[in-house]
Amino acid sequence: MSFFSDEQERQLFTTLETESKPLPGSDRRKFLASAIALLGAAGVAKSASASTANLPPQVPQWSKTLGPGVLTNPYGKPSHFESEVIRRTVPWLTADRISSVSMTPLASLSGIITPNSLVFERHHSGVPDIDPEQHRLVIHGLVEKPIILSMHDLQRFPSVTEIKFLECAANGGMEWKGPQMKSLQFSHGMLSCCEWTGVRLSTILAEVGIKPQAKWVLAEGADGAGMARSIPLEKALDDTIIVYAQNGEALRPEQGYPLRLLNPGWEGNTSIKWLRRLKISDKPWYMREETSKYTDLMDDGRARKFSFVQECNSVITSPAPEAPFKGPGWYRIEGFAWSGRGKIKAVDISLDGGNSWQQAELTGLVLSKSLTRFSIMHHWQGNPMLLQSRAVDETGYIQPTITQLRAERGTNSIYHKNSIHTWKLDANGEVSNVQLS
Amino acid sequence: MYNLVNTVSLKFFGLCAALLLSSALLQASEKTPQATYNQGAAFAIGSPASSTEIAGWDIDVRPDGVGLPVGSGSVEQGALLYEQKCAMCHGDFGEGAGRYPKLAGGEGSLQDARPEKTVGSYWPYTSTLWDYIRRAMPYYAPQSLQVDEVYSLTAYVLNLNDILDDDAVVDQQSLMQIEMPNRDGFYLDTRPDIQNDRCMQDCLKDTEQKLVSSLAQPQVDVD
Ligand code: HEC
Repeated sequence: MSFFSDEQERQLFTTLETESKPLPGSDRRKFLASAIALLGAAGVAKSASASTANLPPQVPQWSKTLGPGVLTNPYGKPSHFESEVIRRTVPWLTADRISSVSMTPLASLSGIITPNSLVFERHHSGVPDIDPEQHRLVIHGLVEKPIILSMHDLQRFPSVTEIKFLECAANGGMEWKGPQMKSLQFSHGMLSCCEWTGVRLSTILAEVGIKPQAKWVLAEGADGAGMARSIPLEKALDDTIIVYAQNGEALRPEQGYPLRLLNPGWEGNTSIKWLRRLKISDKPWYMREETSKYTDLMDDGRARKFSFVQECNSVITSPAPEAPFKGPGWYRIEGFAWSGRGKIKAVDISLDGGNSWQQAELTGLVLSKSLTRFSIMHHWQGNPMLLQSRAVDETGYIQPTITQLRAERGTNSIYHKNSIHTWKLDANGEVSNVQLS
Repeated sequence: MYNLVNTVSLKFFGLCAALLLSSALLQASEKTPQATYNQGAAFAIGSPASSTEIAGWDIDVRPDGVGLPVGSGSVEQGALLYEQKCAMCHGDFGEGAGRYPKLAGGEGSLQDARPEKTVGSYWPYTSTLWDYIRRAMPYYAPQSLQVDEVYSLTAYVLNLNDILDDDAVVDQQSLMQIEMPNRDGFYLDTRPDIQNDRCMQDCLKDTEQKLVSSLAQPQVDVD
């Protein structure tokens, strides 16, 4: 609550500015300082100068001084005004932070690329500190020629660069039974999309020569968890990449520095980080992460195994709990859609909880297995709404409702929840997480 | 004058050098033609991996026993090791301390509203347990256990789940003979399993929807 209106404050400051002009320099500064202190006492406090001192017709403070020079931050960092745009975790999800997860602030992103610093983290034994000079990738098993590759060796192969989404199989998995996450960051934030550079796994497999009996590839990490997954050879020969760079720079430690696997469109856990070993075999291994974890328990007590694909999904990112509307008028309603089976073909938006739908525009790049932006312009009258988005991918698959998912799979499968999400927009513009069923 | 001479001679020498170099290159390329890049052909990049080098890292074990090293361990020995190295996190009886995972119990609970997935109730193969303990446990010191210690701890965790008797001893052969209660509980992914319609208007005319705004009790599984 400000004592004066914004307009009054602006007038006061203009008057002060004009009246103090005839005073000599130091006197003028003293006069202004005491006048501002007085205004502060009147209840305007800092917010007054913050909200108006830099607005037209005032010349902003930053236009009247010199800023810091080059190399103030040799690597660079975001404006301190963006300090709220960070990864966050839900403390009650895991026993400790060594095997835990942090989520991407999706509501603060623009376009389809997730900055490296904001890509969600999921690791099982913490982040290893790997010296790239000493890191090795061993490829053996059913191959003609087992080899060891250094990071220098890997850089010599033909390379590919592709934009792909990366999503944890458990993204949204806390909400099979009902909504319980208070923000988009926590409901969908185990999701990211980056430009990845590396060598196709098929190039490396051609190098070692796989034997005819070969059917599976074990990918294993160099972290304390020795994270390991069985990848069908078909995928390995299709689009799997051995990645060393992410968004133009070396991988981040929490993303697998110096080397990771990327299985485009598949659950994140299969994209083994800190990749140290690939073993070719005729059968899968049934590792802990493909039996105890990352299997989908159905209602009948049986579980689906090797459930790799992240099916077509979408979510509205604006408005969202952390991006409310501020008063009636025109707004861009927008979000992300993605599919592990290819490109997004269409996205529909409903404002009435799924009764009627309108097709949104796909804005920006529409790439296979990548985040895709969709939006509509909407003139909001200040009425409550139930907002939903429904994506369709190029295979014709249509994102299901939570009711359909539960009817088919029950509520205990944790992974691969890709149902249509509902945001409840209240008359005051606030948004909350709800489910319609 | 001196400068001019110098420049001229420099130019002259430069030209000579360039000519010499290009003819040398020509000769070189005639002798060793530039290898052409063939999609799928080997580049001979990297070094051969010797069996000794591979052995140190080759730790994976399969359900058919491939990869399991020679060794043995007893439930009795496992109980002692477990108390020292595992119980603080997984509880004296595998019941889990705090938020750390349970290792035992939950038999017959997979169809319940809150199923308990443990080694005994859910895991299909003993090889997975052996492999995981060796590669990742104890949590604070992965890959620190000796082969026989892994056998003993595997035996003890199976004993906690009433799958092995108190006096049992296991080795690379007998471990593979143990059938886990939920070994037939898994089947291959059947997705896409749901077919939604792309209805555009009056989609809810026959349906009544209930709005749920928050779960009373948080459900804590991440994955
Ligand atoms: C400091 C705590 C700690 C200690 C000590 C510890 N563990 Fe663990 N254990 C964990 C954590 C944490 C996980 C889950 C790791 C993850 O998130 O991937 C785990 C997972 C496991 C699992 C898999 C559980 C499942 O259902 O998937 C087994 C089996 C296991 N531990 C066995 C052992 C054994 C045997 C020992 C002793 C040698 C041991 N642990 C010591 C913390 C501990």
